[in-house]
Amino acid sequence: MAMLLGSILGMTSFTVSAAGGEGVQLFPVDINVFDTAALQQGARTFTDYCLGCHSASYMRFKRLAGDLGYTEEEVERYLLPAGQELTNTMTSSMSPELATKVFGTDAPDLSLVARARGEQWLYSYFLSFYKDEERALGWNNTVFPNASMPHVIWELQGVQTLAQHAETQADEHADGGHGGHFNPADQFELIETGLQDAEEYQRTVQDLVTFLVYLSEPSQLQRHQLGIWVILFLALFTVLAWFLKAEYWQDIH
Amino acid sequence: MARPASSMRSQITALGNWVDKRLPVSSFWRDHLSEYYAPKNFNFWYFFGSLALLVLVNQIITGIFLTMQYKPSAAEAFASVEFIMRDVPMGWLIRYMHSTGASAFFIVIYLHMFRALLYGSYRTPRELIWIFGMLIYVVLMAEAFMGYVLPWGQMSYWGAQVIISLFGAIPDLGFISGESLVEWIRGDYSVSDATLNRFFALHVIALPLALLLLVMLHLTALHQVGSNNPDGVEIKEHKDPDGKPIDGIPFHPYYTVKDIFGVGMFMLLFAFIIFYAPDGGGLLLEHDNFVPADPLVTPEHIKPVWYFTPFFAILKAIPDKLGGVAVMGLAIVVLFLLPWLDRSPVKSIRYKGWISKISLVVFSISFVRLGMLGIGEGTPAELRESQVWTALYFLFFITMPFFSRMEKTKPVPERVTSSH
Repeated sequence: MAMLLGSILGMTSFTVSAAGGEGVQLFPVDINVFDTAALQQGARTFTDYCLGCHSASYMRFKRLAGDLGYTEEEVERYLLPAGQELTNTMTSSMSPELATKVFGTDAPDLSLVARARGEQWLYSYFLSFYKDEERALGWNNTVFPNASMPHVIWELQGVQTLAQHAETQADEHADGGHGGHFNPADQFELIETGLQDAEEYQRTVQDLVTFLVYLSEPSQLQRHQLGIWVILFLALFTVLAWFLKAEYWQDIH
Repeated sequence: MARPASSMRSQITALGNWVDKRLPVSSFWRDHLSEYYAPKNFNFWYFFGSLALLVLVNQIITGIFLTMQYKPSAAEAFASVEFIMRDVPMGWLIRYMHSTGASAFFIVIYLHMFRALLYGSYRTPRELIWIFGMLIYVVLMAEAFMGYVLPWGQMSYWGAQVIISLFGAIPDLGFISGESLVEWIRGDYSVSDATLNRFFALHVIALPLALLLLVMLHLTALHQVGSNNPDGVEIKEHKDPDGKPIDGIPFHPYYTVKDIFGVGMFMLLFAFIIFYAPDGGGLLLEHDNFVPADPLVTPEHIKPVWYFTPFFAILKAIPDKLGGVAVMGLAIVVLFLLPWLDRSPVKSIRYKGWISKISLVVFSISFVRLGMLGIGEGTPAELRESQVWTALYFLFFITMPFFSRMEKTKPVPERVTSSH
């Protein structure tokens, strides 16, 4: 404890094994959580590719029906894994023990990942996997160096490697750069094409991130809709309160 | 058969009299509302007292409902908050009203305190009002800190770890040592389930009771001497033949209707944050706090919530451990002394000299700037800047007894200068 306090006072910055370091260049992205089509597509990608290892244990399948514009039957047909009930939370069938055996670490729960990491980080993460023979599973990531997770959707994107010139360019940018915009995509070279072209893949990732943003706070859909009415009511209330005040105060000089 | 209205009314009056003989309802109403005379020239800055009361009520009511679903245990706390956010009908709204309310409380209190600095509201005969107000502020900081621990996210856990460990800076004095004190506060060798449980107890009952008692004392002391005003003149010195202050108006209905308007304005802003920016871009609800507490993984960048960061910046600005904690404590203690440090012949900034004006501006900037630096990651440049602002923060108090007495002031009017 004394050491912890000491290091705060001495301003030694903490380093963590997990989080991506600072100065990482992120891809710009616009996420619209009201885009129902994106939510549906993202949810399918999520249940197809993520739910095998990751859980979203605070989220119930049933809720997807209303929020994603699906009926309960559609949720069962498109999203519900075999053996799961609609009222269940989205738990993975993979046990933490098995995950630790395979990946060296437990696959984190994704319920709140978008609120913890941010949408831009997640979007960039899925675009920044590259082939790295030195890693146990053959994949590395520039946004999250030495991540334990392999590139699960590589079939869609294809295989990319780190471009030769990327490192120096990133360094220059971090130092203040030589003008001009650094494009994070320049770090990579596609060496094997996937089922989707670059644009389609970005769309897939954007939809997935849209779903993750929704997943981190399902009530945000309700929140945005209710807020307008509350604010309109309060605006009216405040105007009336002003007139009431003016009425009472007209004799005070 | 319906009774005649007059008979009905007389029965209500009779009931009122019956109660009044046994409980001082109408005299309380008169003393504190309908015949409590407040200066007629209150301005914008005078909204924040009633708003602080509003936020206190908001925190208590939303807090009661949160307590119905929240589980104060290390194993269940984080999940129970998510249960409130997802599965409890309107739970998200109650939670955001409470979490945003905490920040709103500090904004309102800081503006309320700034008003006192502007118009010398802490000066004779209002020293006790200021002391009670400062005690409210200190208890509020403890209340907010313990509340922040309850969601049991990473920042809850590590923030608690760091803030509690500040007490560890106290050297071994024989009868007490920093380490033993820290252990006593945590109730364990590290922040744990025991800590969470006792913080819950303090947050939901002990400190709110203390707050309510202090608010009562704050208001009783205020109503004993009467409110100050932007001119810093005493309205009780000029009374009409009936003994009512000429420049005073009954708090009810004049300030109750005015404050209702203030409440409307406040709630508009409050609702906007709750519905459209409840995490305030990571400032009100921090990103790391959406990760469950993990004693084995230290977050990259531990910092307290924004309302503590001015003091956190002062703590970091001092290179010595014990020194930093002492100076940070002093930064709060020195505020208590304000009534005796200000020796100006006038109360209000309107009639003080230019040194007072510049000093107050520099002090305010130092507080805000320290708050911004406290959020930062503590680069050497930020640290050096924090030292400068820390020095200016204290310079305000150290030099006040001198400049406030010596500077040239403007003549104070006999009566208040303007209304509304």
